[in-house]
Amino acid sequence: MRGLQRGGAAIVGVAESDLGAVADLMSPIDLMAQGIQRALADCGLTLKEVDGLFCATTQARTSVMSLVEYLGLPNAYTDSTIVGGSSFEIHVAHALAAITAGLCSVAVIAYGSTQRTVGRRAASVREYNPYETPFKPFLPASAYALAASRHMHQFGTTREQLAEVAVAARQWALLNPAAWEKKPLTVAEVIAARPVSDPFTVRDCCLVTDGGGAVIMTSAERARTLKQPPIYVLGCGQSITHATISSMPDLTVSGAVESGRQAYAMAGMSAADIDVVELYDAFTLNTILFLEDLGFCAKGEGGPFISGGRIAPGGALPVNTNGGGLSYCHPGMYGLFLLIEAVRQLRGECGQRQVAGCETAIVHGNGGVLSAQSTVILGTGATL
Amino acid sequence: MDKAPASPLATYLAHLEHGRLAYQFSPEADAPVFFPRVICPKTGSDRLEWRISAGLGTVHATTVVHPQQGAPYNVALIDVDEGFRMMSRVEDVPPDQVRIGMRVQFRVHWPGGDEPPCPVFAPVEAA
Repeated sequence: MRGLQRGGAAIVGVAESDLGAVADLMSPIDLMAQGIQRALADCGLTLKEVDGLFCATTQARTSVMSLVEYLGLPNAYTDSTIVGGSSFEIHVAHALAAITAGLCSVAVIAYGSTQRTVGRRAASVREYNPYETPFKPFLPASAYALAASRHMHQFGTTREQLAEVAVAARQWALLNPAAWEKKPLTVAEVIAARPVSDPFTVRDCCLVTDGGGAVIMTSAERARTLKQPPIYVLGCGQSITHATISSMPDLTVSGAVESGRQAYAMAGMSAADIDVVELYDAFTLNTILFLEDLGFCAKGEGGPFISGGRIAPGGALPVNTNGGGLSYCHPGMYGLFLLIEAVRQLRGECGQRQVAGCETAIVHGNGGVLSAQSTVILGTGATL
Repeated sequence: MDKAPASPLATYLAHLEHGRLAYQFSPEADAPVFFPRVICPKTGSDRLEWRISAGLGTVHATTVVHPQQGAPYNVALIDVDEGFRMMSRVEDVPPDQVRIGMRVQFRVHWPGGDEPPCPVFAPVEAA
């Protein structure tokens, strides 16, 4: 994004809160606080040093106000931009801007959700839209399903290729001890699962879990004095093309084209320079669509591109190495977990699922119904 | 400034109640605008004309929703011939027989109770 300083700030601490099904009566802000405490411990900073708070959740209307109260940080610089699951990638751009402008020096980005415990309907109340709600689309799934129908029609993307995305995610999840799903999955099982909104079955759709976490950012200079190797923010981009699927300009081309262009330009990189890919896989279509839109393959070729295990463990391109929203964790707004996984990969902390020798990562957040796209490119000290 | 006499939605629904599929047209942008709004997103102008569609369109995208209870049903995006896209459903055919590219004709559906009428589509009869 124009005006942002490449490498001006770094991610120094990351942590998940409890995930999956959390303790009874935990609140979303409890989960944020738990993530913040763990992420501060990860980098060796203390709560007293935090002077910037960035957060989003669907379960608190004025979430940053609640978080300020909870943490006792009345003078913190605050930002609770919320555009769905990509909110946290946008928070990274805003935190980079705030840190380099001197508005804050230690920024916390936090998320919490108890949607599994309280139920998806209670956690995220859908607004009535007079031009869509009367037709009872099962949102968000039906919106992505409509986009999938176009992708299949225009490019010949197959049902099996969509299913392969879920299978690859599951294979990665089996290497991640924190993942919700613990059993292998086949293409045939994905296709035979309970139908949700054609062409999607329940196995094409993200999980419904609780969860949260936090990411700590500070200036590049300060980052070098802390416990963990800094992971620098090299590029950021954002594009919000619509809010309702009826108004998406082209159902087969997302705003990731533009957000990716901005992030690559800022980082001085292209898809060929990226070692590990973390994409917001709310539905199997997303992975295919975003690989195309971010330049890993040509438009329309995402189906053949992902097939044959290319994005699975051991494949040529490591994608969604934590198991993704499809098999690891999806509390409703998944974007924060993409950042956590990318940082861990770049630090080399990922054990069985570690991608060898990775120096650069692309994180792509998606919010709404393919609506709010935000891309972040991260790199180790070697990439500065 | 004059107060708006009616909201865009109220005007749209009033047309629907009379069996008409209404949309807006922005003369300065020379383009249709849908969903109806107070200003044109291309020019920022509040000069928007109401026009009535002939009610013919083409299925652009389609899905079958499988509710946990009840029968599966269609949800589709329709490209209306006057140049705008809207969400709707295609009736009179099984939901899984709705095809991209299918020509469809608008009609008004009355859900009953307090719910407003809504625009649905059915396949154009082969001549």
